[in-house]
Amino acid sequence: MKETIIPIGPYHPLQEEPEFFTLTVEGERVVDIDVRVGYNHRGIEKLSEMKTFDQSTFVIERICGICSTSHPFAYTRALEDIISMGVPRRARYIRTIIAEGERIHSHLLWLGLAGHFLGYKTVYMWAWKLREEILDVMEMLSGNRNNYAMFKPGGVRRDIKAADLPVALGKLDSIIPTLEMLRKAVLEDPVLHARTQGIGVLSKQDAIDFSALGPTARASGVARDVRKDCPYGAYDEVEWDMIVTANGDVFDKLVVRIGEVFESVRIMKACLLNLPRGEIDAGIADIPPGEGIGHIEAPRGETFHYVRSDGTNRPVRHKVRAPTFMNLPTFKTTVKGATLSDATIILAAIDPCYCCTERMAVRDPEGRTLGDGYDLIRLSQEKTARIKRKMGNK
Amino acid sequence: MDIRLKALLKSLWVYHLSTGSCNNCDIEVLDCLTPRYDIERFGMLPAGSIKHADLLLITGSCNRQSVARMKRLYEQVPRPCFVVAIGECALSRGMFIHSYNCPQPLDRIIPVDVYIPGCPPKPEAIIAGMVKLLEKVKNK
Repeated sequence: MKETIIPIGPYHPLQEEPEFFTLTVEGERVVDIDVRVGYNHRGIEKLSEMKTFDQSTFVIERICGICSTSHPFAYTRALEDIISMGVPRRARYIRTIIAEGERIHSHLLWLGLAGHFLGYKTVYMWAWKLREEILDVMEMLSGNRNNYAMFKPGGVRRDIKAADLPVALGKLDSIIPTLEMLRKAVLEDPVLHARTQGIGVLSKQDAIDFSALGPTARASGVARDVRKDCPYGAYDEVEWDMIVTANGDVFDKLVVRIGEVFESVRIMKACLLNLPRGEIDAGIADIPPGEGIGHIEAPRGETFHYVRSDGTNRPVRHKVRAPTFMNLPTFKTTVKGATLSDATIILAAIDPCYCCTERMAVRDPEGRTLGDGYDLIRLSQEKTARIKRKMGNK
Repeated sequence: MDIRLKALLKSLWVYHLSTGSCNNCDIEVLDCLTPRYDIERFGMLPAGSIKHADLLLITGSCNRQSVARMKRLYEQVPRPCFVVAIGECALSRGMFIHSYNCPQPLDRIIPVDVYIPGCPPKPEAIIAGMVKLLEKVKNK
């Protein structure tokens, strides 16, 4: 059969970052995929090297709006690694609270978008409505909905007020029943089972070979989590479980992410309840010459920062590796052999800063346009409607 | 009042374009569509294609990769069209003003009608900006 190449991207009206996929399809089957990134390049590493250590914290917060805690967290840990110093206990707890709040809102955001791609607008709206509650908590604790600016080398910038603790705990308690309902609605829905089970399978061996990270790896049975393997913050002082599933399909990624939301609520509550008293900032004056690494578990996987200092007030080299960079190549195995209508959710399943389906155009070899990006989402939504009808008839 | 402008008052269709942003503004734009903020009550909906849009929401610091594409998209919008710059990056490049990959701010490339500052602007601010845009359409 003749191969057709489908360019997806780089722009999409509903979504976030520009990225460019080239899907090669034979009929309805996807046979190959190529990813091109770089539409979002802003020269952050160079910018960070132009600024002082303190100023850099704010720049790298803007690497990603959803991971606006993970990057400063890894960066400050890299600086603390250069000095080889600890952080006050209260600061570690506050860092953990902010990081987990971010994980909850990031996973809910993904869940909503996954629902949208599958044609479940209800899940989309419910998940995003629930996410607002968490953003309220974060706004109360840090002063902003997304860019928290809580981190500084050696500690945190702001303290959590004692008066805010019961309010935050109350909000966290109040979202649990809704979360529970959302979990039931998503995980026990037969249509969703039909759409996601056995789709986009990433085997355990492939996950290891591709060095997949975060929920993508954990859904494939690779029990890898920086929070457990190399504890930082307060993760070794509170009780929580790593969620690992075996199958590696899209459904398992759903299970892992929803499970992690519950674990994050648990961690956040434990930290808020046991928030120790004391200093929040160790007060770093100078960074001595040397190099340091910092790695933490972001919502999408391990974020890694490398910083080299020559004793001045600026980093000489700052290297950032974000988790999506490692997870993107897994498309090479997961998308191959899937139908075009499943490609949308498979590409979304690793929670990349996924985007761009809209500017895609389906072209036949003569260059005639057959459809655009919305057709891809429509195909996916129609498949769900078809399955729904079929199940209704039975 | 021009009939085309009058029609826009209750049905502005929006095309959202990220020219190298950190996602934050883009997510706040999406947030406006969800139940708590519900910008649809002003008749605003995301358009599937640029050719159906009346309004370009532009976020991000206009990096070298995206400038040419953005110009091409801007040329394809049916007139009358409006441009809204969202977030500090689109307004003045914000933190990325010294970056080698962000040569010029948005309003040097295409004309901008409404500026919404913030890093990221809250959904309330985006809605306020949109209402100001509607005022602008009304007085045109």
